[in-house]
Amino acid sequence: MPAVICDGLRKTFYVKDETLAHLPEFRGLAGRLKYARTKPIPVQAVNNVSFEVAQGEIFGILGPNGSGKSTLIRLIATLLLPDAGTATVFGNDVVADQLAVRRLINRVSVEASFFKKLSSLENLRYAARLYGLEPREATARALDILERLGFDRWKAYGSLENLSRGMQQKVAVARALFTSPVLLLMDEPTTGLDPRSKREVQDFVLEVRKAHDTTVLLTSHDMTEADRLCDRVAFIEEGRFVAVGRPEELKERYSHLRPGGRVTLEDIFLEVTGKHWPGEEDE
Amino acid sequence: MPSPTVGGRKPGGPAAQGGATAASTDRAIAGAVADARKPMSFRAEIAATLGFIERNFYLVKRYFGWELVFLFYNIVNTLTIALIATALPGDKGRMVLFLVVGALLWGYLSVIFHDVSESVAWERWEGTIEYTFMAPIHRATHLFGMCIYAVIYGVIRSSVVLGAVTLFFNLDLAGANLLGALTVLMVASFAFIGLGLMAAVFPLLSTERGAQATHVMEAFLLLVSGAYYAVSALPAWLQPLSVISPATYALRAIRAALLDGATLGQLLPDIGILAITGVVLIPAGLAVFQAGERYAMRTGKLKRSG
Repeated sequence: MPAVICDGLRKTFYVKDETLAHLPEFRGLAGRLKYARTKPIPVQAVNNVSFEVAQGEIFGILGPNGSGKSTLIRLIATLLLPDAGTATVFGNDVVADQLAVRRLINRVSVEASFFKKLSSLENLRYAARLYGLEPREATARALDILERLGFDRWKAYGSLENLSRGMQQKVAVARALFTSPVLLLMDEPTTGLDPRSKREVQDFVLEVRKAHDTTVLLTSHDMTEADRLCDRVAFIEEGRFVAVGRPEELKERYSHLRPGGRVTLEDIFLEVTGKHWPGEEDE
Repeated sequence: MPSPTVGGRKPGGPAAQGGATAASTDRAIAGAVADARKPMSFRAEIAATLGFIERNFYLVKRYFGWELVFLFYNIVNTLTIALIATALPGDKGRMVLFLVVGALLWGYLSVIFHDVSESVAWERWEGTIEYTFMAPIHRATHLFGMCIYAVIYGVIRSSVVLGAVTLFFNLDLAGANLLGALTVLMVASFAFIGLGLMAAVFPLLSTERGAQATHVMEAFLLLVSGAYYAVSALPAWLQPLSVISPATYALRAIRAALLDGATLGQLLPDIGILAITGVVLIPAGLAVFQAGERYAMRTGKLKRSG
């Protein structure tokens, strides 16, 4: 059974054009009321996306800011309801079988979602209780993972807000892994990490996959990371998959981009998205 | 360096044993997939409930300085309100107790209302909303944990304020029906939990204005419930609105128990109204919250930045 099946997935958001609010006709009380009546603009974040991810596969979703990567992850993470199409995780529908899906997944997002005043251990104990794990055993396991990621054990007792972003992200990775997800959703997990930390997290993801056959859905801006980790990648642009395949296959397909040279995923990214190189901002 | 482990799916699994076989990992994943469809165990639900209570007390510990400041303000505020009675004509002792009951009960009920209604706004502010909402627990378990914490925290905080007020004023509770007052307090808690659950939906609907709406709702309850005055003191057009506030019945019954020594039988009509309110509002609050959650999931508001 495939780990993930997405079929014709669509998601549109409706947002107000905030630039209008600065126009003279929308100033003052009457103007504000007029602005409140303006129609929101539809923004198609995910547009008819279909793909399958096999068990144990690391599948990369690569795209510029605002291309729909995080929306796609949120749809699979049961944080958003699709407008159309279906998504299943090991046969469980993300809408109809939310609780079952939630038991099978965990997520590392680009921003470490923690109670920053609490310590790493306190945050991990909270996570353990939510996932039905015995807190003492679970935190011991998380500490082992943290140590494996180059995290000083004693730092786990201090407030998370005093840790660097890289350290916080390592705690987020440990928290996601100690719950034994069969599907790991990693939304730009190494953004903001120094090269060593980035390498440690990447190594760990590969080892976890090797040891436990964990399926990983990874979004990234880092083409080198995608090339290193992913079995297959999909380039997403304006909510659509514009190229999907194994990195080597894609390099072969786009070899014309560097005649006589070695084409990279970065070259393909620039070609298929037609965008400048993305920054570090989340979409 | 320890080998990577991913938790309880395979205790002592392939990594720990130095190598994985495709068959064993397949079996483990098949087991996890089958387990995911089973109903949550009661033990897991209790553990998750405890998780919310424990987490919130961790936060109290970390924000302890602020807790002390708020507690100090709460005590001084209660004393200040009660001191107004000393300047009024008539039975000063009775008036002091009337105002102390109002301040204490309002303090307790507003803690419950606040903690429950702002649970979403708080998670959004901390940036943990997505993590909490994608946890494999029933929403009722999540909210139940928040409610239990709110009641425990409210009781502790109100007890400290009561202790301070008792030391300051020589309160005469000789003829008071303390058990009756406590019964009313517990039953009123359910009604306020229900109201809090309904108010908790506002931050799901609107990121900024949601929290503002809960404060407006709380202010309205303070105005019409007669916390510091008899409801009859309200303008005639406002008096009918006091009927819809559970705090009106809670204040009336607790004052009757403490000031007049009303028996449990005499308190029963108000206890009955509060109980019915709780029975109606808690499931209604849960239903409203779940509808709000679905709206937030449809519109993309279930995230930290809204």
